[in-house]
Amino acid sequence: MAAFIVRRLVQSIIVMLAVAFVSFSLFTYVGDPINNMVGQETTMEQREELRERLGLNDPFPVQFARFIGNAIQGEFGISYRMARPVEQIIAERLPATLELAFVSAVFALVVGIGLGIYTALGRESVAGRLVLSAAFVATAALFSWIGAAIVAAVMLAVTFLYRGKWVGSTIMSLSLIGVSLPTFLIGILLIYVFAVELGWLPSFGRGEVVSIGGWTTGFLTPSGLQALILPGITLGLFQLTLIMRLVRSEMLEVLRTDYIKFARARGLTNRAINFGHALKNTLVPVITITGLQLGSIIAFAIITETVFQWPGVGLLFIIAVQFVDIPVMSAYLMMIAFVFVVINLVVDLLYYAVDPRLRVERAGGGGH
Amino acid sequence: MADPLLSVRNLRIEFPTRRGTLVAVDDISFDIHQGEVLGVVGESGAGKSLTGTSIIGLLEPPGRIAGGEIRLEGERIDTLSYEKMRRIRGKKIGAIFQDPLTSLNPLYTVGRQLVETIQTHTDMTPTKARERAVELLHEVGIPAADRRIDSYPHQFSGGMRQRVVIALALCANPKLIIADEPTTALDVSIQAQILALIKKLCREHGTAVMLVTHDMGVIAETAHRVAVMYAGRIAELGPVRDVIKHPKHPYTVGLMGSIPSIGHDLERLAQIQGSMPRLTDIPPGCAYNPRCPKVFDRCFVDRPDPIDLGDHLAACWLYDRADAGLGSERTPEAMTA
Repeated sequence: MAAFIVRRLVQSIIVMLAVAFVSFSLFTYVGDPINNMVGQETTMEQREELRERLGLNDPFPVQFARFIGNAIQGEFGISYRMARPVEQIIAERLPATLELAFVSAVFALVVGIGLGIYTALGRESVAGRLVLSAAFVATAALFSWIGAAIVAAVMLAVTFLYRGKWVGSTIMSLSLIGVSLPTFLIGILLIYVFAVELGWLPSFGRGEVVSIGGWTTGFLTPSGLQALILPGITLGLFQLTLIMRLVRSEMLEVLRTDYIKFARARGLTNRAINFGHALKNTLVPVITITGLQLGSIIAFAIITETVFQWPGVGLLFIIAVQFVDIPVMSAYLMMIAFVFVVINLVVDLLYYAVDPRLRVERAGGGGH
Repeated sequence: MADPLLSVRNLRIEFPTRRGTLVAVDDISFDIHQGEVLGVVGESGAGKSLTGTSIIGLLEPPGRIAGGEIRLEGERIDTLSYEKMRRIRGKKIGAIFQDPLTSLNPLYTVGRQLVETIQTHTDMTPTKARERAVELLHEVGIPAADRRIDSYPHQFSGGMRQRVVIALALCANPKLIIADEPTTALDVSIQAQILALIKKLCREHGTAVMLVTHDMGVIAETAHRVAVMYAGRIAELGPVRDVIKHPKHPYTVGLMGSIPSIGHDLERLAQIQGSMPRLTDIPPGCAYNPRCPKVFDRCFVDRPDPIDLGDHLAACWLYDRADAGLGSERTPEAMTA
């Protein structure tokens, strides 16, 4: 176990170094940082002096080592646009993104796993097929408005006209299209329906936020909570369909295994079989994908934050790109990479918690 | 003899398919008495496992019981609801499946799986249930049961896992155990141990066992009576010694001829020509007629029902007393019966 963690940590460090290298190259070779900092009236001598003072004439390895040294201390330089330390700007905006990601992740996990189990267990029932078709319609309709609406209507009709099993599988395979639909369309559609037409929910921003020791939260005010709903759904819907499909297929797989058959032969109740035995086995592969998806939720927040003008790090990044604010961009890159690395590590450790077969040092010595 | 523990009458199992209905088990009847081991032997696809699965009510759709009845202690169980049948499974009828490696949930300790089964069928407290679980593991011959109870399935060998599976089947002291190929996945030496264990449990608890296998050797070793199945029908049913020493049905004769034995200087083992017909093209008359060496006209027309030859049943026209004209094909036993 300890050896495993050490191995994983070393791998994580290598990954972070690779990302740091890309990030640093961006810093150094995309445009001239001096040009971005100084005005037109600066003389060549002043530029050269600044270049020397910032250490930009040092050899590459020295500069890279300095970059990493600073990054470890959480320093990523000064934003060209806002002329403030990048780490401060990110720290201000991170709570907004993390809260949004948290809400979407909970939404995607709870609804996704729930629907996945439901469709897996009720695969013969009309309600089960309805949920599946609805998932397909929702995803397809957003994929491309009119064409998909027709396809979806046809699929729905087919589902209920023919009761054969192949319909279910056709829907499942077609809903693959749905998994690849663009997030911004969902956002725009939701804004149109719930903010513009119905006027129930705000179309942009975080609403009122409360600051608790530097952490701004929207969880404590009604308007803050309302503002979380649309972006939360937008960001989570894609993960939801993915998790639902994954849970469903894994669950169907597990329900076919011998130990489930044997559990039935032992006379266990359906509840014990489905939720005690089948679900736990389903979760092993689901944890990996879900974990990685949580990383993408933070990364994909860029699009959702842009659509909803959400004041988080994603929006910060997009603006930084527009203004070629390299320090912000490279800091963002490092941050996202770090999030993925940490999540990966946690996922691997969760495996150990769920699956006893991986606890190697106990295997084979059961009788000791 | 007392009323049978389990009584299967004219059981018929069908699979509706797009190209018509397949009859996988066709009109079979047999009894199992308390404390008796009934061996059910036959080739793959003969319907032996399906018969076992239908008794515990776990026939998977689209398969269904299309006719006949199954009675346990005189009470019909084939028509019970899923929930009522669930209470019988594990409590009155235990089951053991072929592959011990995959029969246990890999994510729970064997103790948890035992306790869960015990508590499903009795109202024991967790502490009592755990004591009972240790007892069971001890009974099926797992050394240091009180420590091994907290091990996970992957920490046991194949033979040990099959012992755990047997312990699980025994949790609620069932009257009947359906053992579907319990030794097929095991080494020969382990097979003998598991069979000895089953025999011992049967003797000590008076548990009846329906032992499904394709291995005539296992039957000879363990069973009291044997049912030979062929293409979804029972070809021959009788006491194991009788069936092995004096097989009546030509299929059983062929089956016996194909088993190697020490002490006989046979140059080659006999083999049965051809293979069992698929369920889609079972011939009219006797299902064995394309392969039978003693086939005659009637076998292509009428389907033989099991014919009573004393304490031995054989579904073969050779033994039909009403049809005395075809003496040339008859065996002496049948003539005197």
